[in-house]
Amino acid sequence: MMMILGVPAPLLFGQVLLGLINGAFYALLSLGLAVIFGMLNIINFAHGALFMMGAFCSWMLLNYVGIGYFPALFLAPLIIGIFGLVLEKTIISRLYKLDHLYGLLLTFGMALVIEGLFRNAYGSSGMPYRIPDMLQGATNLGFMYMPNYRGWVVLVAVIVCLATWAIIEKTPLGAKLRAATENAPMVQAFGVNVPRLITFTYAGGVALAAFAGVLAAPILSVNPNMGTSLITTVFAVVVIGGMGSIMGSVVTGFGLGVIEGLTKVFWPEASATVVFLVMVIVLLTRPRGLFGKSA
Amino acid sequence: MLEIKNLNSWYGESHILHGVDFNVQEGEVVTLLGRNGAGKTTTMKSIMGLVPRREGSIKFKGAELINLMPNQVARSGIAICPEERAIFGSLTVTENLMLPPVIAPGGLSIDEIYTLFPNLKERARTAQGTRLSGGEQQMLAIARILRTGSKMLLLDEPTEGLAPVIVQQIGRTIREIKKRGFTVLLVEQNFRFAATVADRHYVMEHGKVIDMIPNDQLAANMDKLHEYLGV
Repeated sequence: MMMILGVPAPLLFGQVLLGLINGAFYALLSLGLAVIFGMLNIINFAHGALFMMGAFCSWMLLNYVGIGYFPALFLAPLIIGIFGLVLEKTIISRLYKLDHLYGLLLTFGMALVIEGLFRNAYGSSGMPYRIPDMLQGATNLGFMYMPNYRGWVVLVAVIVCLATWAIIEKTPLGAKLRAATENAPMVQAFGVNVPRLITFTYAGGVALAAFAGVLAAPILSVNPNMGTSLITTVFAVVVIGGMGSIMGSVVTGFGLGVIEGLTKVFWPEASATVVFLVMVIVLLTRPRGLFGKSA
Repeated sequence: MLEIKNLNSWYGESHILHGVDFNVQEGEVVTLLGRNGAGKTTTMKSIMGLVPRREGSIKFKGAELINLMPNQVARSGIAICPEERAIFGSLTVTENLMLPPVIAPGGLSIDEIYTLFPNLKERARTAQGTRLSGGEQQMLAIARILRTGSKMLLLDEPTEGLAPVIVQQIGRTIREIKKRGFTVLLVEQNFRFAATVADRHYVMEHGKVIDMIPNDQLAANMDKLHEYLGV
C-alpha cells in the first residue's frame, strides 16, 4: 500500500475528502453569516437553527409531500428563505437602531426557540434521510474510493460559493449591496429602497444556510441539534477569515475543513481543537482576520 | 419648483434648523451662503430626509416631501451630491457612476457625461472609486447624479479644497447643466465662485435664512455680505 508521511494514502485522502465536506458546510454557512453581517451588522446566531430547518424542511418535503432530494435543493432554501424574510421584517428590523449586542441576543434567543420547538415535535434522536439513487455508490479515483454523494456536496458547495461571490462582486445588484454596506443612508438617498435590500439580504443568507442543511441531510442525521454542533466551528471560521469578507469566508471554510481532516490523521485527539487553535493564532497576529480589511 | 417653509431639524437633542424658508424656481441656480455651522448642509440633508428628525414643509413640484423616506425623495426627482462626496471604495469607478438608479428619462447619457468629464473616461477602469484624486472624485459624485434623470440637484460645496482649474471646470459644468434645464441648489463657502454660476443667493445664519440677494445686486450688497460671512 502506498504510504505518505508514514500514513496509508487512502486514509490520508479519505480524511482530506471528509475535511473538504466539512469545509463545504463551513464555507456555505460562514458565507451567509458574512453576507448578513456586512449588510445588517448583526451576527446571526440563529444561523445554525436555520441550517437545521433547511435539513428538516427537505425531510418533511420527502416524508409528508413526497418531494425528493433534487427539488428540495431549491424548495427548502426558498421556504426557509421566506421564513427568514418574515423574521427580518417583523422582529430583527426593530433592533437596527440599538446596539449590535441586542441583535446578537435576539438571534441567539431565536435559535433556542426554534431548536426547542423542533426538539418538542421530533425528539433529539435524529431521522435518516436517504441519499438519492443517482448519487449512491462510490467512484474509484485510483488513489482512493470516493463516495459519490460526498463528491457531489463538495462540487455543489464550490459552485454555490462562487456564484454568490460573483453576484456580490460582479453585478449591479452586488454593487448596491457593497455600497450599502459602506454607506447605507447615501445609497438610500439615491433612490434605492435600502430596508428592502436588507430584508432580501437576510433572506439570501438564510437561504444559503438552508441549502447547506439540505446538502447535510443525507450525511448528518436530521436532528434539532445538528446546527448547534456545527455553528460553533463556523463562528471560529468567520473570525479567522475576517468578518464580512466574502472570499475570505469561502477560502477559510474549505481550508479549515482540510486542516481539521489532516489533524485527524496525524493527531486525532487534537482535531476538534485545531480550528480554535488557528483562531487564537490569527487573532493574536491579525486581529481583523486573514481576509479582513484594515480599518 | 422647490418650496421650503418653516423647516426645523434636529440631531438628537440639538436643534439645528430653526424655521428655514426659501424657494427655488425651475431652471434656477440658487446658492445657500453662510458661515460654518449656519445649517447649510443640514438644510440639504433635511430636504433628502437624511436627518433623524425634521418638521415643517418641503414641497417639490407641489408634492409634500416632509414625511418621505430618502429613497422616496430621490424617486420624486431630487438628487444630492454630498459634501463628503460619498465615493464608494468597494466599487469601481464605473460601478460608482452606475450606482444611482435612473428614476426618470432625460438624464445625461454616459457619452455626454464622458464629454463633460473626460478624466472620468480615462479612469473608468480604476478598481476603487476612492483611488481617484479629490477633483476626480468630485466630478464622479456630480456625474453619477446627472445620469439619473433627476432635474433638481443639491450640490453641497462641490469646490471645497479643489485646485482653481478644477473649480473652473465645475463652474462650467453647472452652467452647462443649467442650460439643459436642470435646477440647482448649491451650498458654497466661496461666494466669488457662487457669483459666477448663480441667479440668487440665500444667506443663512444660526439655522435660519436671513437674507436673499439676487446675483445682479451682489456688487451693491458686498458690504452686507462681508458682514454676514465674516470675511
